[in-house]
Amino acid sequence: MVENRPILTFASHFVVLLGVALIAFPLWMTFVASTHDQTTMLRAPLPLWPGEHMLENYHTVLFQGFGTGAARTPLYVSLLNSLIMALGICVGKVAISIIAAYAVVYFRFPLRMFFFWMIFLTLMLPVEVRIVPTYQVVASLGMLDSYGGLIVPLIASATATFLFRQFFLSVPDELTEAARIDGAGPVRFFFDILLPMSRTSIAALFVIQFIYGWNQYLWPLLVTTREGFYTVVMTLARQVNTVDAAPPWNRIMAMAMLAMLPPVLVVVFMQRQFIKGLVDTEK
Amino acid sequence: MNKRVTFDHKLLPYLFLAPQVVVTLAFFIWPSGQMLWQSVILEDAFGGNTRFVGFANFDKLFADEGYWASVRVTMFFSLMVTACGLAFSLLLATMADHIIRGAAAYKALLVWPYAVAPAVAGVLFGFLFNPSVGIVTWFLKKGVGYEFNHVINGNQALFLVILAATWNQISYNFLFFLAGLQSIPRSLIEAAAIDGAGPARRFWTITFPLLSPTGFFLLVVNIIYAFFGTFGVVDALTRGGPARATEILVFKVYNDGFRGQDFGGSAAQSAILMLIVVALTVVQFRFIERRVSY
Repeated sequence: MVENRPILTFASHFVVLLGVALIAFPLWMTFVASTHDQTTMLRAPLPLWPGEHMLENYHTVLFQGFGTGAARTPLYVSLLNSLIMALGICVGKVAISIIAAYAVVYFRFPLRMFFFWMIFLTLMLPVEVRIVPTYQVVASLGMLDSYGGLIVPLIASATATFLFRQFFLSVPDELTEAARIDGAGPVRFFFDILLPMSRTSIAALFVIQFIYGWNQYLWPLLVTTREGFYTVVMTLARQVNTVDAAPPWNRIMAMAMLAMLPPVLVVVFMQRQFIKGLVDTEK
Repeated sequence: MNKRVTFDHKLLPYLFLAPQVVVTLAFFIWPSGQMLWQSVILEDAFGGNTRFVGFANFDKLFADEGYWASVRVTMFFSLMVTACGLAFSLLLATMADHIIRGAAAYKALLVWPYAVAPAVAGVLFGFLFNPSVGIVTWFLKKGVGYEFNHVINGNQALFLVILAATWNQISYNFLFFLAGLQSIPRSLIEAAAIDGAGPARRFWTITFPLLSPTGFFLLVVNIIYAFFGTFGVVDALTRGGPARATEILVFKVYNDGFRGQDFGGSAAQSAILMLIVVALTVVQFRFIERRVSY
């Protein structure tokens, strides 16, 4: 800072540390709860320090599942579904958006602006606003309880198209001219020059969309009815909503840890791409 | 907006646009049209007969006291989530901006709640505030003598939903505020310091006004989040209850449409929500245009 004020510096550290503690507290309690046995978790006050049943709890939810009898689905199935859905959305969004942006920026054709505005419109309509009719479309296409139904309706993205359009517009025209003089056609130019140049944008978008896809809740809730297709976030919320007299909080919290882990790891370890993606998609 | 150098090809651009356009048509434009249509027709319970009823669905909706209760809950909820989230993250960002040593570590510790799904956030807070075993509930009871039970107390349930939704959004606000703070020229702050302005004065007369574009942008984003992004929090935490005390509009659309099978009413609600989104998006874009020129 401009001047040395030890008290201010101290106060800053204090406030930020307090904020970190407040924000991290729910996570800490979740972790602690996932490491105790069920009887400990049934009487208040709950322990504030981890116990000894961590591996056992995680092993149980991952491989034996949660419910009773036939309703028992191991959590690794849900985790796998979430992974497929998140990656499917990432890849699908990037793929269809980048070629759409390429068409809009690098070609002149009739109705170009019409298509551009049509894609733009989708930005305005979150799934939450049109759930019933979208569900009906997916149902009539026979896509309920399928990965296609989970992924395809969510891959149209105005944000991603805009992001790539913005980036393509900043690519110097000289590059295109040079490629054309060297005899490269539009397809060759796209794959050999534009695509490699878009690497950082794609990575940033990938991180943001992975979190978006993994954390979807309402959509999987609508289009899946069989446990074999449930995502992990959905499985978790269902367990909490159908708790019986003595909920096994230790296992529920182990599930919560597993549901949070992949996106949190992505954010923490790909922080640079994450922040770039966050800023870029909001432009 | 336009490239000087382009390619000539009759078919290729349409081919490249096709996937995006097909998905948009099938899952966005067509359902939205359907929704507008459903909002002006009446369908009998077996889906056999439909007839055009004009604005009857809307009239019924506006005459429904339950709908207005939901509107009020949504307004209060959005206001609180936005105000608390912005205030708390601005405080954190301002303090973090002062810190030179360890800034990166703090940032890493503050960004991760963004990665937690709203529904998972709901589960986490439901556990912390669980009436029988929740650690916070226990502390409130033993330490302060305050009885907290969001399962039966509507106000406490609303408070809890607001808390969970705010927590989920803090890292997003924090990152944007911090970026905004770091883009303010140091020379301005130094000049003010030389003129004898203390940290508080510098904050209110220099930092705060220069941060207003970021603040306004976040305001719109947060309202959109509070309206549409919080379904998971509510569904995992309270399911709109107790006695509809936390039934925000998005939840009501889902509840009436899927549980109640009232397609006309749900579609009318969706149409109104759509108007709200369009209005907010227009505000956001107009603002962004201004920010670019500024």
